This record gives sequence, C-alpha cells and structure tokens, in this order.
Amino acid sequence: MSLALNLSHEPITKIPHGKLAMWAFLASELMFFSGFFGGFIVLRNTNYDVFGAGSAHLNWTLALINTFILIGSSLTMALAIHNLEHKKDGAFRLFMGLTILGGFGFLIVKYIEYSSKFADGLFPGQENHTVFYSFYFLMTGFHALHVIAGMIPMAYIFFKGFTKAGYPYPSKVETLGLYWHFVDLMWIFIFPALYLMIPYHVAGAH
Amino acid sequence: MSTSLAHTEEHADHGHAHEHEHHDLPWYRKYVFSTDHKVISKQFMLASLIFLFIGGAFALMLRWQLAYPGEAIPVIGHLLPDTWVAEPGSGVITPEFFVQLTTMHATIMIFFVIIPMAVGMFGNFCIPLMIGTDDMALPRLNMWSFWLVPPAGLIMLAGVFTEMGYAGAGWTSYPPLAADINKEAFTFSGQTLWLISVFMIGFSSIMGAVNYVATVLNKRAKGMKLFDMPLTVWGLFITAIIATLGTPVLAAGLAMLFFDNFFHTSFFIPDHLVSGASFPGGGQPVLFQHVFWFYSHPAVYIMILPLMGIVSEVLATFSRKPIYGYKAMVFAVAGIAFLGFIVWGHHMFQSGMNPLLGTTFMLSTIVIAVPSSIKVFNWLGTLWRGNIHFSSAMLAALAFVSMFIIGGLSGVFMASAPVDIYIHDTYFIVAHIHYVLFGGSLFGIFAGIYYWFPKMFGKMLSESWGRRHLFWSFLAFNATFFPMHVLGIGGHMRRIYDPNVYDFLKGMQGMNEFITIAAIVMGFSQLMLVGNILYSLKWGKKAPRNPWNANTLEWAAPPHPGHGNFDMDITVYRGPYEFGVEGRELDYWPQWEPGKSITVHHHTIAVSDDTSTSVGMH
Ligand code: HEM
Ligand SMILES: [Cu+2]
Repeated sequence: MSLALNLSHEPITKIPHGKLAMWAFLASELMFFSGFFGGFIVLRNTNYDVFGAGSAHLNWTLALINTFILIGSSLTMALAIHNLEHKKDGAFRLFMGLTILGGFGFLIVKYIEYSSKFADGLFPGQENHTVFYSFYFLMTGFHALHVIAGMIPMAYIFFKGFTKAGYPYPSKVETLGLYWHFVDLMWIFIFPALYLMIPYHVAGAH
Repeated sequence: MSTSLAHTEEHADHGHAHEHEHHDLPWYRKYVFSTDHKVISKQFMLASLIFLFIGGAFALMLRWQLAYPGEAIPVIGHLLPDTWVAEPGSGVITPEFFVQLTTMHATIMIFFVIIPMAVGMFGNFCIPLMIGTDDMALPRLNMWSFWLVPPAGLIMLAGVFTEMGYAGAGWTSYPPLAADINKEAFTFSGQTLWLISVFMIGFSSIMGAVNYVATVLNKRAKGMKLFDMPLTVWGLFITAIIATLGTPVLAAGLAMLFFDNFFHTSFFIPDHLVSGASFPGGGQPVLFQHVFWFYSHPAVYIMILPLMGIVSEVLATFSRKPIYGYKAMVFAVAGIAFLGFIVWGHHMFQSGMNPLLGTTFMLSTIVIAVPSSIKVFNWLGTLWRGNIHFSSAMLAALAFVSMFIIGGLSGVFMASAPVDIYIHDTYFIVAHIHYVLFGGSLFGIFAGIYYWFPKMFGKMLSESWGRRHLFWSFLAFNATFFPMHVLGIGGHMRRIYDPNVYDFLKGMQGMNEFITIAAIVMGFSQLMLVGNILYSLKWGKKAPRNPWNANTLEWAAPPHPGHGNFDMDITVYRGPYEFGVEGRELDYWPQWEPGKSITVHHHTIAVSDDTSTSVGMH
C-alpha cells in the first residue's frame, strides 16, 4: 500500500511541532511553579517573621552572581542558535560550550550555598529548619533540577557539533533555547521572592 | 441499518497490505516500544483493563465488609495475607486495610483507568485518524507518555510491601494524615509511594497533552478547519489544554506533600501538631486542599469531556442526523473547561473556609450547569426524530446521557452550600461520583470501544453480547448506586468501616446488602465485555472499512490501519456530521468525499458542480 502523499504537510501554524509542544509544556511549567508561588504567598503571610528572618539570612550576593550567570547563559544560548542557523559551526560550538559552562557555574554556586546552609543546620530535619527553608529548598531544588535537565540535551548537541556532519537541526536547538530562557525566567522570579523580600524591621536588625 | 449497510462494501479491503510496511523494525519496537499511535493506544487499553479489574476487585472486597461487617469474605477470604485480616485465616479485613482499599480503589479507577482510557487510549487512537494524519506530532514523546504508566502503577501497588501497607489517606490524600507524621524521615510508606506514583502519572498526562495540542494545531488534513473537526477531537483537544494547565498544579502540591512526608518539612503541618524538632510547623493543611482541588475539579472534566465527544459521535451516527448545534457543543465544552478552573471550592464548603468565599464557589458551580445542560439538550435534539439504530455503541451512549443527567442533577444539589453541609462526606457524594464517572465516563468508554473496535482491531464485536453486557451493566449499575443517594441522605458517611456501630444506620443495613449483591453482579457483567473482545479478536467477523456508514476521516482508513494510517490522499470537503443531506442518494456524506453543497436555513443540500451558482440564490 502506498502511503498517502498529502498527509505529511507543513505545520499548519507554521511553528515546528517540537516548538509548539514546547510552548505548551512551558505553559505547564509555569503552572507548576505557580503552585509553589501560591503556597509561598499564603504561608509567607501567616509566617511573616519566620520568612523575613529566613530571607535576611540568605546570601543574596551569591544569588545575584547566579542571576548574572543565568542571564549570560541565556545570551550565549541565543548566540549559539544564531550561529548554527548561519552555519558558523565553530562559533556555534563556542557559544554552546559557554552555555553549558554557565549551567555548571550556576550549579557550583548553588552547591556552595547549600553547603553553608547545611553547616548552619537549615536542612529539613536539622535543628534550625523553618517553613521558609522548606520553600527555599523546594523552589531552588526544583529549579536546579530544571537546570540539570536542560544541560543534558545541551551536552548531547554540543558533542554532536564536533562530528563531521555537525549538529543539523537548528530548530531543535531553538526549542531547547526556549526552555533554557524559561529556566532563566523562573530564576528571575525565585530570586527576589526568596532573597530580596526582607521586611524593614528584619533587615535593620542585621 | 438496512438502507445504509448496503453500501459498506464500496471499498475493497486491503487492510492486511500494511504488514510489510514496517517489517524492518525488531519485534520490541513494533509491539513494546512502538511509536505508532495505534499501538500505544492499545497498550493504554490493555494496561487500563488490567487495572480496571484490580480496582474492581478492591471495590468488591470493601463492599463485602460494608454489607456483612465481621463476616469472612467468601472464596478469597482465607487466601488474604495475615496483615490484611483481623485474625490469621479469619477472612475478615481490618479497618486499616479497609481504608487502604477505598484509597486504592479510587486512585486506580481515576488515575489508572478512566484518565488513561479516556485520554490515553482514545486520544491516541482518535486524534491522528480523525484529523486525517499519519501519526502524532511527536511520536517518541507519545511512547514515553505511555511507558511512565506501568512503572507508576507498580510503584503504587508496591505499597503493600511497606510496613503499613498501601496508602490509606483516600484518593484526595489530605494532610496531615497523608504526611504520615509518625513515620521516620527518609523512609517509605505506601503513602510515599502513592505520591511518587501519582506524580509520575501526572507527568505522563502532561507529556501526552502537549503532544495532542501540537498534533491538533499542526497536523490536520488538507482542508480541515478547526470547525470541521469531529467533537471527539474537540473534546480531547480541550481536555489536553486542561491537563496542560491543571496537572502541573497537582504536581506542585504532591511535591510539597512528598517533602512533608519524606523530608519532614511543614508545608501542610500546622504548629504544635507534632512535638519534637523534626517537624518545624507553620504550615496549613487547608492549603493542600486548595491546591489539590484546583487540579482535581478540572480533572473530573478531563475524565468526561473526551467521552462527551465520543458520545456525540455515536449519537449522530446512529440517529443518522447531524449533531444538533455543533458550534454550541464546541463552545459548551470550552465553557465547561474554563468554568472548571474556578469552582474548586465546592469541595471545601466544610473545610473552614470563609463562608463568603463558599458562596462565590457555589455560584460559579451552579453556572457550570448551564453549558452542561446545553450539551444534554443538544444530544436530545440530535436524537429527536432520528432514525435510531440501537447498536451496542448507541446503547452505551444513551446510558451515558441518561446517567449524566442524574449525576449532574445530584451535582447541583451538592453545589448548594447549605445542602452540601448536610450531605458532604456521605454516600450521596459516592452516588454522585459514580453516576458521573461510571454511568458517565465508563459507559462513554464502552461506547467508544464498541464504536471503534472494528477500526482498532479489524474485527467486529458481537452485537448481541454487547447488548447483553450493557443491559446487565446498566441494570446492576443503577441497583448499586441509586440507593446510595438514600443512604447518604440518611447520614451514612463515606469511608466508614462498620455501619453497624451507628444506631441511626442500623435500619438501612438491608440497603447495604442489596448494594453489595448488585455490585457483584455488576463486576461479573464486565466479563462479558472481556469475553466479547477476546472472542472477536480470534473468531470475529472481519470488519469492513466503514461499518457504521459514518462520515469522519478514520473510516477512510483501511480496517486495522497499518503504519501511516491511510492508503489514499485525504482532503476534507465538509464538516463531520453531514447525515441525511438532501439531494444525495446515501444518507451520509463522508468528509473526504468530493462534492459541492449549499446551506439553506441550516440544512445542507448537495448540488452538482455546474448548478451550484443558480441553486444558491434561494
Ligand atoms: C453539573 C455538573 C456537576 C456539579 C454541579 C458537580 C458538583 C460537585 C460538588 C459540589 C461536589 C462536592 C461534594 C462534596 O464533597 O460535598 C462534587 C464532588 C465530586 N464530583 Fe461533581 N459535579 C458535577 C459534575 C461532575 C462530573 C462530570 C464529574 C466527573 C466526571 C464529577 C466528579 C466528582 C467527584 C469525583 C467528586 C468527589 C470528590 C471527592 O472524592 O470528594 N462531578 N461534585
Ligand atoms: Cu468539583
């Protein structure tokens, strides 16, 4: 039987399948983090002082560094896509590598932060743990998982870039880029919510 | 059916020609890790049918305890493990095991039967075929969305090996109970496994849903506009949107509850509930209810909207009439989906939320009855003066409509806060959920199976056994669940182990016994479905291409289509429900058949190509 010929046509919306599904998935991701933020808002209002003290104790300098790392890696991601689309393989590999490096940098800073929290006894089950730190570990933890999940396909694409054929699918890299920008964007919300929303009276005490 | 059946042989049957299509794939890529949407659909069907029988067996065990508290379960009682029964060998289940049964029954039926069947099985089978394309937009993602289901099910069932057994906090798993506060941190209980399992099944739903959205938007056959899509595809498409936006919120709630359960955080554990350092406190149990119902109310629509589509399909085909108010049907589904996101508080009238907020939720809930009624009236309008064929699929669809009316009406009762304060957490709720989920969703699933089986497997099911199955299911279903309304109004609480300890329930114990007997009949009636399927697979009559003389694109494909689905070019010329068109010899007009028509006062009239301009001026 001959396969029907007119079935595999261009995407009707002109958006490639993977990219369209990614947009839907990002809507889903947004709702996922909204669940956390919803809980955060409610419990912050009923545990105002605990949250203030917790925020004041966090290391916002490290978080700020991480913010810049992520924004930077979003930029290099965009440059990588741009170069792949223009068939500049060398520049593509460079920027893809830098993006992955950004991901590693972010995770290393996170590791430093987490170990100082561990030393201060702030992990769940430790003596100084409060509901604020539950949110801290929940939100930064899931965010870090998203970073790792993005780095795996990036590494694959990066190494494919060194083969003779190079990496042949700019639209797939673009789809991954969408995800990466989303992970960046989520951090831009998590950062102020956790690190910067310190009530005056608590901030003064420090 | 006599007039129309004569034309079914119009296409020669080259259904088996596909066999050499994908011969180069190893067997495990063809039958196990297949990316073909039809194989994935069958995998969902098989997995869900297995779960249907596990869940059903659990239900019958708990029904026995309710009808005959303290008496040994017949036949299987003495086989039960010692931890499940009061005394070894006694065959009488313990209260702990009883609540585990209610929890596992509901979880299995909702997350492993109705959702995988309604969305996984029919979504996979119908969407590509009905929009006339070769496969899903992202076949590999589709495969993974199925392959998360069996491990999720096994993880949940593995709860039996933990110290306390299966999860037992109800399918709603409210904390603090579901946080297992007496359990050590970093240990697993049945509840911990339940949380992991439902999280996984949620992820599988999302993966499926984003794929459906991309497929419907991008891959429709040439000429098919959105409003040329069958209502089944509309139902599944809107369901996919609900799943995309709702499921992640449940996932967030489950993640937080998992943290409480496993790491001893306190998102949902209030101050002073637990002494000792391990729980810091400061959380709010009611927060979980909000998060949970924000998903789980929309989820009841995930469980019914696809079936509403399927039932519309079946009603139109077997009344030989266009669906009454096609666009209204689409907008009603969209309206239900939207309103579904702002009514979740009707599950929480009794949770201590502000009564003013309760009133708001009461109003929004009652408003949902409007689009729901639009659907019901349009179904009745479709049947009105139709040339009705009582096939098995049609009987199941009629059961769906009538049972949904009863379930929807009891819903409106409960939506009224003052009434609900009295009947909340009683058997009235149990009656409601079974009227909508069994009477509605499951009969809708039956309708879909009877309707598409010829296309799925290339064989006809036995109509007479189908009717018998539906007759007994329908009868036993009503005998089982209708009395529960009365029990509920009489004050019979949900999830109680032994009704006899309450004096005011003693007078109704006979009803409990009646229900249990009916439930056993209902359970065993389902063997007729399985027997029919198995028999037809082996000995069934070969199915023609378009056995019901229907219009939608899946019937253009060969019976039991192979890889790539269609053996001809597909172009869509008209909407999906052109039955009884004036000026045509046949009483149906498939979407893929060329031909011109004009519309006069909502009636379609076929015209030949050259006369169209002159007849058009009416
Ligand atoms: C006209 C439409 C409907 C209305 C007004 C409605 C209303 C309600 C209300 C107010 C409750 C809460 C009762 C209580 O716990 O006190 C409820 C429970 C429930 N409804 Fe509906 N409902 C409707 C349709 C549906 C449909 C179509 C489904 C599923 C397919 C469904 C499934 C459920 C389930 C599963 C529960 C019980 C949840 C639990 O375990 O507590 N409902 N409904
Ligand atoms: Cu609801």
